[in-house]
Order: sequence, then structure tokens, then C-alpha cells
Amino acid sequence: MIATRDAYGEILVELGRENPNIVVLDADLSSSTKTEKFAKAFPERFFNVGIAEANMMGIAAGLARSGKIPFVSTFAVFATGRAYDQIRQSIAYPRFNVKIVASHGGLSVGPDGASHQALEDVALMRAIPGMVVIVPCDAHETKEAIKAALRHDGPVYVRLGREKVPSVLPDDATFEIGKGLILWPDKRREDLISSVSRGEPKESAHLFDVAFVASGIMVKPALDAARILGQEGKTCLVADFASIKPLDEELLVAIAKNSRLVVTCEEHSIIGGLGSAVCETLAENYPRPVLRVGVRDEFGQSGSAQELLDAYGLTAEGIVETARKGLSKV
Amino acid sequence: MLSEPQKDEALICEIETRARALRRHIIEMVGKAGSGHPGGSLSSSDILATLYFGGFLRLKPEDPLWPERDRFILSKGHAAPALYAALAERGFFGKDVLLTLREFGSILQGHPDCRKTPGVEVSTGSLGQGLSMGVGMALAGKLDGKGYRVWVLLGDGECQEGQVWEAAMAASHYRLDNLTAIVDHNHLQIDSRIEEVMSPEPIAQKFSAFGWEVFEANGHDIQNLVNVFRKAATVRGKPSAVIADTVKGRGVSFMENQKEWHGKAPKGEELERALKELSGDHLR
Ligand SMILES: Cc1ncc(C[n+]2csc(CCOP(=O)(O)OP(=O)(O)O)c2C)c(N)n1
Ligand SMILES: [Mg+2]
Repeated sequence: MIATRDAYGEILVELGRENPNIVVLDADLSSSTKTEKFAKAFPERFFNVGIAEANMMGIAAGLARSGKIPFVSTFAVFATGRAYDQIRQSIAYPRFNVKIVASHGGLSVGPDGASHQALEDVALMRAIPGMVVIVPCDAHETKEAIKAALRHDGPVYVRLGREKVPSVLPDDATFEIGKGLILWPDKRREDLISSVSRGEPKESAHLFDVAFVASGIMVKPALDAARILGQEGKTCLVADFASIKPLDEELLVAIAKNSRLVVTCEEHSIIGGLGSAVCETLAENYPRPVLRVGVRDEFGQSGSAQELLDAYGLTAEGIVETARKGLSKV
Repeated sequence: MLSEPQKDEALICEIETRARALRRHIIEMVGKAGSGHPGGSLSSSDILATLYFGGFLRLKPEDPLWPERDRFILSKGHAAPALYAALAERGFFGKDVLLTLREFGSILQGHPDCRKTPGVEVSTGSLGQGLSMGVGMALAGKLDGKGYRVWVLLGDGECQEGQVWEAAMAASHYRLDNLTAIVDHNHLQIDSRIEEVMSPEPIAQKFSAFGWEVFEANGHDIQNLVNVFRKAATVRGKPSAVIADTVKGRGVSFMENQKEWHGKAPKGEELERALKELSGDHLR
């Protein structure tokens, strides 16, 4: 079990060693975002700007304009909420090469409560033209996503979590911006896409009952939900869509063509996040019933991470229930 | 009839008793919750006790939204335990509720939530926003010809937020003499000393340059706080600021001036030691 923010702290030091252009900025949360590791290793390339997120985004923009590659970190609520306009105007509009890596996304922040639980950050960042949005599910995917963000020339938003999470992906799993991964059953993305282009599946009997499209810490419960439904004789597919923008539309449409029902799973508001993105793509390309598991137009509150995930239905049981409801109608 | 100095002496004694109670509540609450922010709650305990029990906040606990009430905004929302303790001591809700801090379903959220807790004016937690809200309330007071005063407590690290200075500019522009900002000047933020991370100094001169009447106070000397708050409340034609020199973690020896205790709950033996230090008259 390792928190995605810890994985970020580690990979940042590795990348910093290879690439002298990387600079890191934080707003008095380096011990929480784990940029403190980079600060220790490369103090001359670390800037703690104090509690001034808006100012931090502006400084990052100036650094990027001058050839640096800034990684900017704070909590997801403050990064995307407090400094939205600065991200939009100073970073995204000029397409500056700034990587915004925010920790403490979602309800699993826990006892700090609603003011610290970002549930709209993905929606905000997704709405900005040209912004890449990534929500990794475990430590391995986080490291791969950060490397991919560095390879990409342009603004990227990566959302990380506070809690330790189990590793979900195999160690050799790759990450590419704009590509999803099929985790269950054992099938390659490319094979599913090419089978669809050959006109398969030919009979509706060959459709999966449910396809789960998940991101972040909801990937694991989606896999568990598939197992539970599998024991009831239902066939399921589970895909990890860490790259929320650009979305892997090719894979998504192939999945929809192979499934009777799509269920999205995210630790985020159902307004504007992964669920919305999936609905938008399918409505235009291949309409299929979609149900969204996520937070429903509400703020979070205090509690332990587990209590909150339970209360808001962001669990394997919650996903199973939603899938059953959907299956009774399709 | 008590003479003025005698009355003051009784008042100071009452405030000191409440401040001790606040500190005990804070440690018990954060200890029970297993998370929270003791350092900045303890540094502001004397300030809060003075405001809530020194006659500076006219409030009706049975009618929390009484339109004539004075307003207090905890802009440094992470010191919520200190605010909740003061509200419970003042009778807004039972003291037994305090131990539900940060629990699922509690009215006492990790950071102040005015929709859930009676007596909490605005929701805070995202630093730098309280003074702007205070400006709005003070402006409304002027527009409505009401006599209430608005008090806003800020952290010294929080003064790094640009929005604080945007609000400072507006307050003096509108001549809000019904607004007082208090800075809990404990010299620490999360990562380090404020002077090391990003110095907001000189804070007093900055407020003064923005057109505020500025006072300095010892944030742990109740008599001094009472005197200074009284003076601040009589300033006319401009807003007033009180820069209160404090010690983060004040009252628990091993938490004093230790950045580690900004946002960490005492456990087991630490908890016992802290409560022991805060019991009775041990407090300096
Ligand atoms: C906008 C914003 N950025 C970051 C944080 C995280 N945070 C909580 S407390 C704190 C340090 C506050 O320092 P200071 O204002 O000096 O408060 P005190 O020392 O009184 O606790 C930080 C950075 C926050 N709550 N809000
Ligand atoms: Mg401070």
C-alpha cells in the first residue's frame, strides 16, 4: 500500500536528477504533497512561495516561458479552485509547459471535511482548452503518468490522493496520455478495437453485461464489483481511464459496442468528470445506457476516508447496486 | 458597587478561566478526533477567550442569527477547535458535542461550516478569504446603519495570501471603522518559520500603509488584549488591525514553538501529559 502522492515525491527526485530544467513549486504544503523530497535533493530548484496559490501559478508560468519545466503542487481544491483564473489565463491560454500535480483529491481526504475535499477539480481542469487531465489509480500508474506528463509539451493536471492505496496495475503496465487500459478480462486494448472493426460481436449474446469505466481509487472497487457480479453469472469488463482528457474515445466506443450497460466510477462529482466525459462521447458516437457512480451534486464532510466512501456509495457494493439497477432496465 | 479597576480584575480573571477551559477542550477534542490542528488553536485561545468573554461580542446563543449581533470570522479556519470550544463555553451548543469533532455526521466539521454549526459566521478553511467576507459584512453594517462590529482572526502565514491585501485595500477605501482584523502572530506556518518560507513582514507597517490604524499586543496577556481591543473598537474613520504576538502551541510545553504540532493530534502519553499540564493552575 502506497499513497499516489508518495509515488509522486519519489519519481520527482528521479526525474529531477535526469532533467536539470525541472523546477518545483509548492504553497506551504510540501510535507503533504511530498515535494519535500525534491526540495531536499535540489534545494536550488525548489520554490516554496508561501500560502499564495494564485501567485504560484503566475510564477510557474513565467518560469515555463523561460524554458523551465515547473511542477506545481498543492491540494487539489486550492490548485484548481483558488488559482483557476491564473491557470486559465497565465498557463493554459499561452500553452505554457506547466505540470500541475495536486494531492488530496476527492472525499478520501477524510476528517478535514468539505473545504478540503476537491470534487470538482477534474471538471474545472477538463473545461480548460488544451489541458491534459490524468487521475492515476495507484503508485505505479502515478509514476508512469508523471513521466508521460514530462514528455508531453503543454499544460497537464494530475490528481493524486492522500490515502495509501493498494497497487492495482502490474509492474510492467504502461501509461500513455489518451489511452485507456482494459484490466478485466485479460484482453488488449488494440484487440478489442480491431475486433469491433471486424464487425464483432456478431450476436447480442456475446455482449458483456456490464462494462465498468473507472479512474483513480475507484478502479479497485470496480474490479471487486466485477468479481461479485461474476459470481452471479454476469459477465463484466473493467477499464482504467486514468487519462480523462484526452479520453480514449476509440476504446470507449469499442467497449460500448461490446456491452449492454456502461457504469462509470469516479471519486468526483458526477457533474463534469469522467462520467460526464463518457456520456458526452457515447451520446455522439454510440449511444448506450450509462449510469454514473460518483458524488451527486453535494459537498463532502468530515469522517474517515472509509466512512465517507461508504456513505457516498463509492464502494464495490455501491457499484454493484448501481449495475444491478441498470441491468434490470436494459 | 465595584470600581472600574475592580470590575476589570474580575473580568480578566473570568477570561483567564475561560482560556484555560478552551485549551483543555482543544486538546481533548483533537486527541479524541485523532487529527486536527492544536498549534494554531492554542496560540489563538487567549484572543478568542478575550473576544467571547471580554464583552467584545454581543451575541444571543439562543438566536445565533440575531441581526444586531457582532460578527467573528475565523479566517484561519484550521483553528476550528478553538472556535468550537468558545462557542460551547458561550452556550451555542452543549460541551458534550465538542468530542464529536471531525466525526462523520457531526455538526463540528474539520473546518468551520456555517451551515452546520450555530454561531459560526462563515465557512472557512481555504486560507486568505475571511477578511474579504469581513469587509462585506462591515460594509453591509454601514449600509444598514447597524451598530455591530466585525472581528476577523487571521494567521500570520495566511497574510501571504494576496487576497488578504486586496481586502485590506477595500476596507480602508470604504472606511470600515466597524472592522477589526487580528493577526495571530505566532511566527510559524506548516513548513517552517514564516520568515523563512516567505516573509510577510513587516505586517504592522503593511496594514498601516494600506490605511489601517494598527495596534500591537501581547496575544497571551489578557489585560493587554482587553485594552487593545477596546482601543481598536474606538477608532473612527478607518479599519483597525491588532498584531498579536503569540506562541504557537501555547500552554502545552512540548507543543510550544514546534511546527510539528501544527496539524498533529497528541496520542496516548502525549495526550495525558498535555492535559495534565493544562489542568489547574499549572499554566503560566
Ligand atoms: C488556501 C490554502 N492553502 C493552503 C492551506 C493549507 N494550510 C492549512 S494551515 C496552513 C498554515 C497556516 O499558517 P498560519 O496562517 O500562520 O496559521 P497558524 O500558524 O496560526 O496555524 C496551511 C498552509 C489552506 N488551508 N488554505
Ligand atoms: Mg502562524
